Amino acid sequence: MTSSMLFNATTFLFLISTILFIAFLATRSSQVGLSASITAFLGWGVETVAIILRWKESYDMGHGHAPLSNLYESVVFFAWTIILIYGIIELKYKYRVVGAFVLPFALFGMAWAQLGLHSGIEPLVPALQSNWLLYHVITCFLGYAAFAVACGISIMYLIKAKAEGDSSDASAGGVIGMFPSIRVLDDLNYKAIMIGFPLLTLGIVTGAAWANYAWGTYWSWDPKETWSLIVWFVYAAFLHARITRGWVGKRAAWLSIIGFAATIFCYLGVNLFLSGLHSYGGGR
Amino acid sequence: MSTSKRGFVESLWEFFCSLKLSIVLLIGLALTSIIGTVVPQGNIPPEYLQTISEAKFKLYQSLSFFDMYHSWWFMLLLYLLTVNLVACSIKRLPRVWKMVSEPQLVMEDGLEKSLANTYEFKVSGDEAAQKEKLKGFLRAEMGEPVVTEKDGATHIFVQKNPWCRLGVYVVHLSIIVIFVGALIGSFFGYKAFVNIVEGTSVDTVFTQKEKPIKLDFAVMCENFSVSYYNTGAPKEFKSILTVLENGQPVKGYEKIPVIVNDPLTYKGITFYQSSYGQAGEGAAYHFNLRRRGGGEAVHLDLKKGEAATLPNGAKLEVLESTQDVRQFMPEFSGPAAKVSLTSPGKAPESFVVFKNHPEIEEQRGGDVFIQYLGADEKLYTGLQVAKDPGVWVVWSGCALMVIGIIMAFFMSHNRVWIRISGGRAVMGGTASKNPAAFEQKFESLVEKLKKL
Ligand code: HEM
Repeated sequence: MTSSMLFNATTFLFLISTILFIAFLATRSSQVGLSASITAFLGWGVETVAIILRWKESYDMGHGHAPLSNLYESVVFFAWTIILIYGIIELKYKYRVVGAFVLPFALFGMAWAQLGLHSGIEPLVPALQSNWLLYHVITCFLGYAAFAVACGISIMYLIKAKAEGDSSDASAGGVIGMFPSIRVLDDLNYKAIMIGFPLLTLGIVTGAAWANYAWGTYWSWDPKETWSLIVWFVYAAFLHARITRGWVGKRAAWLSIIGFAATIFCYLGVNLFLSGLHSYGGGR
Repeated sequence: MSTSKRGFVESLWEFFCSLKLSIVLLIGLALTSIIGTVVPQGNIPPEYLQTISEAKFKLYQSLSFFDMYHSWWFMLLLYLLTVNLVACSIKRLPRVWKMVSEPQLVMEDGLEKSLANTYEFKVSGDEAAQKEKLKGFLRAEMGEPVVTEKDGATHIFVQKNPWCRLGVYVVHLSIIVIFVGALIGSFFGYKAFVNIVEGTSVDTVFTQKEKPIKLDFAVMCENFSVSYYNTGAPKEFKSILTVLENGQPVKGYEKIPVIVNDPLTYKGITFYQSSYGQAGEGAAYHFNLRRRGGGEAVHLDLKKGEAATLPNGAKLEVLESTQDVRQFMPEFSGPAAKVSLTSPGKAPESFVVFKNHPEIEEQRGGDVFIQYLGADEKLYTGLQVAKDPGVWVVWSGCALMVIGIIMAFFMSHNRVWIRISGGRAVMGGTASKNPAAFEQKFESLVEKLKKL
């Protein structure tokens, strides 16, 4: 058994889970919902094994390193962290339907990685040979994943808020009737960002620490660094916007979506469109 | 006049205390920061200049877009942020500090009505004994209670984590600490680079603008080497450095290997492996030449950039060389040289000779057999040099920020009061964060009270 087979199985399980979540929205059957969640977590379990196996495979090839060193590996890890954060939020707050808006992010990541990205295990270039790589990538991606979950929740918020605005009847039926109330969605959005913001902060700090250790400058306004700071500013604005009245609800949801768009640009756009130090993953 | 002046100062103060300003500044910083990721910063590549018009270039230049993170207007935004931060804290901190240092010990009716969690119960029997019992109960559940007698009622108060209310201010302070650290670094530190040829030492480094900085010690490069993976990709760049004081090696700083991600620090100055190259002058290549099919080997030393005439009249010249060919041709290893051989009356031919692979030369054919013995070419190591006395301030600020965020997000100031008067008691409670979790906690308190 190879890690690549397991990654394929993961992609397949995320696909099944996404379909089950759509069926869950359509049928409102709690059994379907439960099986959607279980499939997602099963996929996550398989992916965990796959990541560990890939790690081991790199050692077998004689240049062992954590599987976090190129675009393929980071996209796969991103999908893993998304399901992790979603799992924490589902287990803690028990709103299963959120999965329907989060699973597609993970499925998309896995499908893209499996179909479109170069998946070979390559030795680490000298610049990446540091334990800081591990701390930096793990914290950043956990933060990104929390923002992905917050974005999914914000999309639900906007759909729900629109439906409630359109029909005077506050408890709109159908699919949307299954969504948690907009108050709960707003709160979940905040909670997901409360998980993501400290992690992003740690990600930026570990990145700065690493840069200082490797080059002697903790901050050099490289495009990737700058974009991570932009993301950080957006979420800091989000947190403050909540404190002043009038910036909860719709505007907060939009800010969360904009924040995630900036996150994705920071993660992928910078590599694809701008140049800089993070050759990391460069769109091969 | 004086009232309008006061009005102005007051409204300026209000302006700086406003959270709306913070949001505008944060978003403004986010938006303007984008510019510097799109427009090249520092040294502008000529290819970029060709893509923009003269007028646009002038405009960008006058707006400092080519060094925008150090431009006056970006700095202004950062300073405004700092002033905003300080003003907000000055305005709000006293109130929060009071809440932490002088907790509200009694639960009056007004407070009781504002609480989301209350529970009323009867106290029967000996009131003093009951009070002790309730006090013991709260002590076991939450911490040391404070008892206050007021207007004939007894108030028992207990709280948890009051100081987490300061978390937000710790975060804000940390931002200022980081700014201070950055300023210290920019005033008292520098970034520089230096190239050291193997076997030599230097005591002067150069800033980006080629300004020399003399160190009060010297650094010697004993050796520089590159190793490769079997794919040909570089695995490690390694300099062996020795620090010299007055020409003498310093104990503990002799023959220190410095690789990417593992620098050397001496007297607050750090040397980072950054680049390398061939020290051009004086390099010599060594060959043994013999006629194919036998004969004496002739030794040849060839200087870089020079051509030698061989006994058969052919001209030999070295075009390029490497100490390890693996990076270009993963299937080979060791030193190699690309040579150009011009036999009389023939067109020049160029090929590669390998020190470790004479069989390749065997297969080449031709008049002369060229055995490459290697070069005594020296390499230089390129080191980044940095001095930043502010960096520890920056790290303290970062640590403070993480601590502050944990305090602000994940800790809750919980307060519980019990008021006892005339055979009845009311328990009330509130939390600064996560009301749902506190509600559960309060309910479990109530359950335990019932069994008391
Ligand atoms: C323009 C500068 C800033 C000002 C004036 C400002 C002001 C404030 C104020 C007044 C609060 C509310 C405190 C309260 O609840 O009483 C707050 C909360 C907070 N601020 Fe700032 N802030 C600024 C920048 C930042 C930045 C750059 C960060 C980034 C880490 C930050 C992180 C926070 C956090 C984490 C909270 C707590 C939010 C919450 O409880 O949800 N602040 N800020």
